[in-house]
Amino acid sequence: MCAQPSAARPDERGRFGPYGGQYIPETLMAAVAELEDEYRAARADPAFEEELADLLRHYAGRPTPLYFANRLTEQLGGARIYLKREDLAHTGAHKINNALGQGLLVRRMGKPRVVAETGAGQHGVAAATVCAKLGLECVVYMGEEDIRRQALNVFRMKLLGAEVRPVASGSRTLKDAINEAIRDWVTNVETTHYLIGSVVGPHPYPMIVRDFQSVIGDESRAQMLEVEGRLPDYAVACVGGGSNAIGLFHPFFADEEVRFVGVEAAGEGVNSGHHAATLAGGRPGVLHGAMSYLLQDDDGQVMEAHSISAGLDYPGVGPEHSFYKDSGRAEYVSVTDREALEGFTLLCETEGIIPALESAHAIYYAANLAKTLDADKIVLINLSGRGDKDMDVVREALADDREA
Amino acid sequence: MKPGRIEETFARLKAEGRTGFVAFLTVGYPDVESTLRIVPALIEGGADVIELGVPFSDPLADGPKIQKASFHALQQGVTVETCLDVVRKLRASGVEAPIVPMGYYNPLLAYGLARFTKDAAEAGVDGLIIVDLPPEESDEMLAACEAAGLRLIYLVAPTSTEERIREVARRASGFVYCVGVTGVTGERDEIAPGLAEFVGRVRNATNLPIAVGFGISLPKHFEAVARIADAAVIGSAIIDEIARSDPSEQSERLKSYAEVVTGRRGTAA
Repeated sequence: MCAQPSAARPDERGRFGPYGGQYIPETLMAAVAELEDEYRAARADPAFEEELADLLRHYAGRPTPLYFANRLTEQLGGARIYLKREDLAHTGAHKINNALGQGLLVRRMGKPRVVAETGAGQHGVAAATVCAKLGLECVVYMGEEDIRRQALNVFRMKLLGAEVRPVASGSRTLKDAINEAIRDWVTNVETTHYLIGSVVGPHPYPMIVRDFQSVIGDESRAQMLEVEGRLPDYAVACVGGGSNAIGLFHPFFADEEVRFVGVEAAGEGVNSGHHAATLAGGRPGVLHGAMSYLLQDDDGQVMEAHSISAGLDYPGVGPEHSFYKDSGRAEYVSVTDREALEGFTLLCETEGIIPALESAHAIYYAANLAKTLDADKIVLINLSGRGDKDMDVVREALADDREA
Repeated sequence: MKPGRIEETFARLKAEGRTGFVAFLTVGYPDVESTLRIVPALIEGGADVIELGVPFSDPLADGPKIQKASFHALQQGVTVETCLDVVRKLRASGVEAPIVPMGYYNPLLAYGLARFTKDAAEAGVDGLIIVDLPPEESDEMLAACEAAGLRLIYLVAPTSTEERIREVARRASGFVYCVGVTGVTGERDEIAPGLAEFVGRVRNATNLPIAVGFGISLPKHFEAVARIADAAVIGSAIIDEIARSDPSEQSERLKSYAEVVTGRRGTAA
């Protein structure tokens, strides 16, 4: 059901072209080697595949629907718009796909404890959920700023039995939560697996997370062929670390007629200095174990990202996206906080679907794109998560707008 | 490579039957002037090698104290260039001890590897320690170091396999840095129980001197390391000592700390 490890990428050194690799303290090198071995063994084990497929179907609710957004399409008057409904997966986002896969790996490795980082809280909730399901101890690191923004998800994680540890260092957001999760991992590596939530980090993580998320693209491809008898012209997804986007894109990689568009968070604008558009505004560097595009100053210090959406608020990006950008396989664009809010309300009002603020970035861009296209074109949007978690942030932002 | 300050220092330590004291401090904590004052004081108190922490925004192998020092230094505007300037000034003021910057890869990558190693060598740097650059990723940096006559000092950890230790030994020069605990930098109450066995494994793979760091702060730790390794690295405890010192007494207190921890002088208590 999920994509098998790709023979071509990453290469045996964990590289996507020049990007990726393993820039980590020596203490962790044995752990990433063990993880890669276990992963390859698991993928070759029919029992593992069977159990994962069963959990994805009966526990996570897959396959998620491919939904024709007819009112949105009519209102825009252009291309036909389809939504891949990852918001309907258990826990409300695509994050569960990866958390289940890695959770089963943890059980195979016999480690009793999991650490995870979270930004918006969606991955934290998915990790806490899987740990509850599999009987694993779970510690989630979350920036103080994000804890404030995503109080509801913090409560959900605690209900699920996870310990949420606030991170007060640096920008107090996702980047710092990853630093702290890595420090915990370095300290407890013998007993602990780092359940990373995106296609970032040292090899083999970008590969493993991509493969587990490829269920999105695999399903979409089959569903699109069934409904439309052909593939979409565009596949559009938001990009923070980039796991939902890679999950959608990867299975279409060889279908050259399908154009990939990754939508980054432009925050207050790419030229404002307050944004998270790493591929648009960054340059290659090393953070969190991988070489990839990075928001950094002239001295190589990592800059703070900004986005209204906590899940996109990250100054790095998965190495495979950097490879896609340089090779031209995908196009990367960016959408501001304000535009994302427009995309958010647009989907609420036309389709009765409240999207995650992260996904709202993709919706805004895809809606504008669809307007410019003929009615015989198809735009596929990955609706990566639902927006319940964002009610407070959106309410505040819309109130500000009315006052302004 | 012909012997440099690092080789000469370890040869002298061996001849004198002493254990080396590698002192770590973050450049620019609490300010650059303090760094320039504290380094000579540490050397006077018994430090044999100076590890200069190059601040980074995301020090993921460091515990709270060095994180804080690094963050503070960045707030002071400390850059890689500042660190090299500190080395130049220390050399100009007569510091002869080996100086080894320690930091993370990205600031050096941003500076440019070839340019950095050349400038560092000219400034008086002897070697480099890069926490997030394992052997697999270090080809380019190793080539740049060799071209500039710098030692690239690799870390090995208690989790390193024999194969990895051998790979480090094949590439290493200067000394090998044994990470004494499975974890981040910072003080611990006791030395890790498996340390002697771990250092023994490294000793079997290399003739280079072995330094042990992470988790060392007290005279009893230094003594314990002295029995099995050639040098002990102390960082967080020095940062802590600096944090607790009034600028007017930094030099005296750090000199005294060095004397006490190396056993040159007994504690008052």
